[in-house]
Amino acid sequence: MFELPSGAEIQGIIASLKASVGLFIPEIYLSLLFMLLIVIDLVAKGKKNNLLSVATLIGLAGSLFFIYQQHSLPAGEFFFGMYVLDEFALFFKYFFVLSGMLAVIVTMADEQFDREVKSMGEYYALIVAMVIGMIMMASSADLLMIFLSMELVSFTAYILTGYFKRNARSSEAALKYLVYGAVSSGLMVYGFSLIYGLTAQTNLLKISAELATHGYDPLVMIFSTLLILAGFGYKIGAVPFHFWSPDVYEGAPTPITAYLSVASKAAGVALLMRFFYIAVPHGGHPYEDIMGIDWLSLLILVSVASMIYGNVVALWQKNVKRLLAYSSIAHAGYLLLGIIVMDKLGTQATLFYLLSYFLMNFGAFYVVILIANKTGSENLDDYRGLGKRMPLAGAALTVFLISLVGLPPTLGFIGKLLIFSALLAKGSIYIWLALIGIMTSVISLYYYMLIPLNMYLRESMKHDEKEMSTGMLAQIIMALLMIMTIYFGLFFTPLSDFAQYSSAMFGITLH
Amino acid sequence: MEQLTTIGLNHYLTISAFLLGFGLFAVMTRKNAIVILMGVELILNAANINFLAFSKYNGGMEGVMFALFVIVIAAAEAAIALAIVINIYKIFKSVDVSSIDTLKE
Repeated sequence: MFELPSGAEIQGIIASLKASVGLFIPEIYLSLLFMLLIVIDLVAKGKKNNLLSVATLIGLAGSLFFIYQQHSLPAGEFFFGMYVLDEFALFFKYFFVLSGMLAVIVTMADEQFDREVKSMGEYYALIVAMVIGMIMMASSADLLMIFLSMELVSFTAYILTGYFKRNARSSEAALKYLVYGAVSSGLMVYGFSLIYGLTAQTNLLKISAELATHGYDPLVMIFSTLLILAGFGYKIGAVPFHFWSPDVYEGAPTPITAYLSVASKAAGVALLMRFFYIAVPHGGHPYEDIMGIDWLSLLILVSVASMIYGNVVALWQKNVKRLLAYSSIAHAGYLLLGIIVMDKLGTQATLFYLLSYFLMNFGAFYVVILIANKTGSENLDDYRGLGKRMPLAGAALTVFLISLVGLPPTLGFIGKLLIFSALLAKGSIYIWLALIGIMTSVISLYYYMLIPLNMYLRESMKHDEKEMSTGMLAQIIMALLMIMTIYFGLFFTPLSDFAQYSSAMFGITLH
Repeated sequence: MEQLTTIGLNHYLTISAFLLGFGLFAVMTRKNAIVILMGVELILNAANINFLAFSKYNGGMEGVMFALFVIVIAAAEAAIALAIVINIYKIFKSVDVSSIDTLKE
């Protein structure tokens, strides 16, 4: 049935592999960094210093150079259609490396690590491994590669979530994350197997061509789409695949919460866009779908449910980390709005929204960590009177929260504006979606503003008016993030140009 | 009659669909973390049967490769899962997921 390849074929395969390696340099570099960090940990065993974290920061910054060099390379598939290099992938490479760096910076500020664990051991190496996995997620062009990269991200995320081994909450979060993650990725693989059965292909472009020429059974298609959506929806934390996120966000170490809520969500969004834009057919095909349900209406349903559920349930939260978890469910809904538009403007808006979410969410979690370092609590009631005791932290957190609501003059406002204008540019069909988005943003104003309300207008019950200092470096980073959130809210052209440049997938832009 | 006497693609798909159902049932109804993970293995193996059957009847090698990788990933997942479950047992003295609920609204 399968013949041995001839000598010439083997030569051809080797030549193709050699050519592909040249396009794979950032990933190879990061894999070497991962191994180097493990060795550094072995050499500097038991010592608790900044050696590992600084090495990680420098190493990750170095990878930016290799990614920058890739701009001159032509867009296209390599490694036999497994992997793709295009502007869309490049955008996410920068995004994930930068969020890895911010995760390291946030970790350095978190004093909970000093109390909970003896050594940082493989922590930083795992963060780098997760960066590699997410970069691969955004660049995969094949179902097999999607599955493998997604599992790489999931496994490292499980370990990082349970990194506080002796802490009951952290371990419980890891267990819940694991159970939901394993089930949803299992369902996703089952969906992949059905797609493979329909088309006999695993490459996204070939699947799309096969479905377009030979047609498909709509029932099988919608069933497999639903199963695959379970896998992707779990990564971006959208309703109804969100059950893990409040518990995991509350229990995990806070830097990991920030990292998961931004980077892992972005990786899910990248996959979702690449898979649904490229592989699954849309519009104008001869086969009627079951009762007019296709993947787009499924996404609309998920998006509306996420916006409403996330924003409404957040109203009752007393723990700030949990509150931000529900807000991140809501933001998954807003991101999906941009995906639903499915044109160049929509892609640009989604990418821009990811950038704004990156700054404001990392900023918010950074301040939450600094406050928890001093007060030892993440409860909303313990934020009372903090505005006077930690002036800069209070101001910064307020800016980030205003940006999360989507009010001017911040980056979050521009993000929401782009998403809603992309929706409205599509004509009257999506007006109701934009309306739901705007109404739920108004709801979110209430629970976000509870935090500044407690900080500034309510008096602390302990009557402790002493000012608390957070350290010079932490203040500089906090101020920097705050200024960037406002600056890019006013002068957003470079970011939106970059997002527009990055909206080309496989060298094709949607129209 | 021919449906019953010769084994074709449909037989494989039926078995795989049953396995998926059993797996989901185990995940949804069982309280023991280990049994839930066994349910996940059933789901993954349901996908494996699909891949191999489709590969045989479609005549490509991609399905076989996919199944191999799924097996490897399942093994890695089991290793990580058991490490987490052992840690849970050390802390809670139980692997019953309904009794592990310190994180609540």
